[in-house]
Amino acid sequence: MILVLAIVVGVLYAVGTYLLLQRTLTRIVMGLAMLGHGANILLLMSGGRAGPPPLIENGPPAGAADPLPQAMALTAIVITFGIMAFLLGLAYRSWRLTHDDEVEDDLEDRRIARLATDLRHEEDLDIARTVYGREHLEEDRT
Amino acid sequence: MNVLVPLPIVLPLIGAGLCIALRSLAAQRVVAVAAVTGALGAAGAALAGVERHGPVAVAVGGWPAPRGIVLVGDLLALLLLVVSLATVLAVLVYAVGQRGTDEASGFFHPLYLVLTAGVAASFLTGDLFNLFVAIEVMLSASYVLITLGGRRSQVRSGMTYVVINLLASTVLVTVIGLIYAATGTVNMADAALRLDAVPDAVRTSLGVLLLVTFGIKAAIFPLFFWLPDSYPTAPTAVTAVFAGLLTKVGVYTIIRTQGLLFPHDRASTLILVLAGLTMVVGVFGAIAQDDIKRILSFHIVSQIGYMIFGLGLFTVAGLAGAIFFVAHQIPVKTALFLVGGMVETGTGTSALNRLGGLIRTAPAAAALFLLGALSLAGLPPFSGFFGKLALVQAGLAAEAWVITGVSLFVSILTLFSMTKIWAGAFWGEQRAEPAPAPRTADAAGAVATTGGAAAAPEGGPGALRPIPRLMTWATAGLVGVTLFVAVAAQPIYELSERAAGELLDRTAYLEAVLEQ
Repeated sequence: MILVLAIVVGVLYAVGTYLLLQRTLTRIVMGLAMLGHGANILLLMSGGRAGPPPLIENGPPAGAADPLPQAMALTAIVITFGIMAFLLGLAYRSWRLTHDDEVEDDLEDRRIARLATDLRHEEDLDIARTVYGREHLEEDRT
Repeated sequence: MNVLVPLPIVLPLIGAGLCIALRSLAAQRVVAVAAVTGALGAAGAALAGVERHGPVAVAVGGWPAPRGIVLVGDLLALLLLVVSLATVLAVLVYAVGQRGTDEASGFFHPLYLVLTAGVAASFLTGDLFNLFVAIEVMLSASYVLITLGGRRSQVRSGMTYVVINLLASTVLVTVIGLIYAATGTVNMADAALRLDAVPDAVRTSLGVLLLVTFGIKAAIFPLFFWLPDSYPTAPTAVTAVFAGLLTKVGVYTIIRTQGLLFPHDRASTLILVLAGLTMVVGVFGAIAQDDIKRILSFHIVSQIGYMIFGLGLFTVAGLAGAIFFVAHQIPVKTALFLVGGMVETGTGTSALNRLGGLIRTAPAAAALFLLGALSLAGLPPFSGFFGKLALVQAGLAAEAWVITGVSLFVSILTLFSMTKIWAGAFWGEQRAEPAPAPRTADAAGAVATTGGAAAAPEGGPGALRPIPRLMTWATAGLVGVTLFVAVAAQPIYELSERAAGELLDRTAYLEAVLEQ
């Protein structure tokens, strides 16, 4: 049972990581959900084997399940659930605003990057001018 | 005494509940300010007590330490908490003064108070899983705050912010699960003892995994890309409090967990290399930008490097320097963002190529910026100087020549980029009202090379929109805090030194938690 769960955790992490690397918002959200499930199962497994409920009325039964990871997994599920709902709301808002499900680039980043490529392009042009002469270059540009 | 420790968490939460119930904006403001002031008072009183009698632990659920959740007030946690709450208070007053921050939504104050409670809980908790919950409380509030208003740019950057933090949280849950599997406890003090029995390889991997997790939250190289992307789009008050607090909570958790849980296998070289890269990459990023908020956002990253540098030395002097540096950074960074917000309120923009000559039209903002910027760059006699002096001395004492050299070099670059803001926004010709033309790459390049307004066409008088007086006073108060840190550098450094000693020694902390 433990081995099966371990494999499930591995598969969930792998699927989650793959989906997270996509550019579509819905896939990213799904990926995070998968990762969250994987983490919760891992948390549950960290308490060891399953066993009878640890009720202490008549003294804890032998080999009782560890209740702490279950409590932690429940807390983690609630938190992930809430944030997932918020994330879906945000994705919906993004779709309403842009009519597109893709993650947008940061405009400032793009501008700074363009600044750098422009500079590099200018340098390339300078080199090209000295090597080929001006006329060829003007033809190329047009 | 024991009652005081949970109060910084409880008071803001009660305040948040009241604020939701109240609805009236004026009442919300009163409740919010009162809650934060109360929390600050409680934290200050607790710090005074702990300073005299040593760390205290409070079992909040009534269950004793290794089983129940404990809150631990020690020097490190309470010192940073007091500085944080003072900053939170100043930003709250600023948000009340600024038009459109808390009027826009009836949920600003409740969210802000929940954020405060989350920050306080992260500092005070002595339980790993509870730390995760505290960080989540803080982050959930921050998710809503950063997207409050729902503008397109906010949704875009908010998405990045939420996704990256949710990923980090998932990794954190994973690590906590692994630590529980290895030790059978999530109480930090108990885990610290039991981790000694864990095989070296397992313990080291757990330590590095925790470092990665909190590294994302603290924005350490190479995990910082989300920060300059997402911070600048939020309203100023929100950005300012994020800049001052959230990454510092990340740094605090790194210091706490590496110091308490993994004292034997210190990933010292790794941390020092990361520190150097964080400093250099952050400051170069700042130099490339030409928007006040974005420059400052990259500086957050750069300054995180200094804190990690102090930690990486793993000496009392190094840690003391790091703690002092965090305590100095929280108010300074926030104050600079607040000045950025004042500029934006007055002129409608924070882009350097559209600003100029503010020293005549907004002399108060100029003076406050100058004090903050000199402090950030580390010029004597300001607080940044003492922080960097402590770190450099610790670095030299530990014979870490390279990283010390890098930190000094980055200081110069920090000063340079502060000069860039100063020359671009405050000196030079007065600009006309925000230029209608879109910012082209050429125009930005010209400004970057000429250093600001020198090439500007003659504008009109360009009268500023009035900056509400409360905003100026709140910013001035926060700058006052940074000046206080500079004046009281000696006692605060001694406090940091004692906190660092406690952290490396561990016995006081362990005794307080396990033998309450």
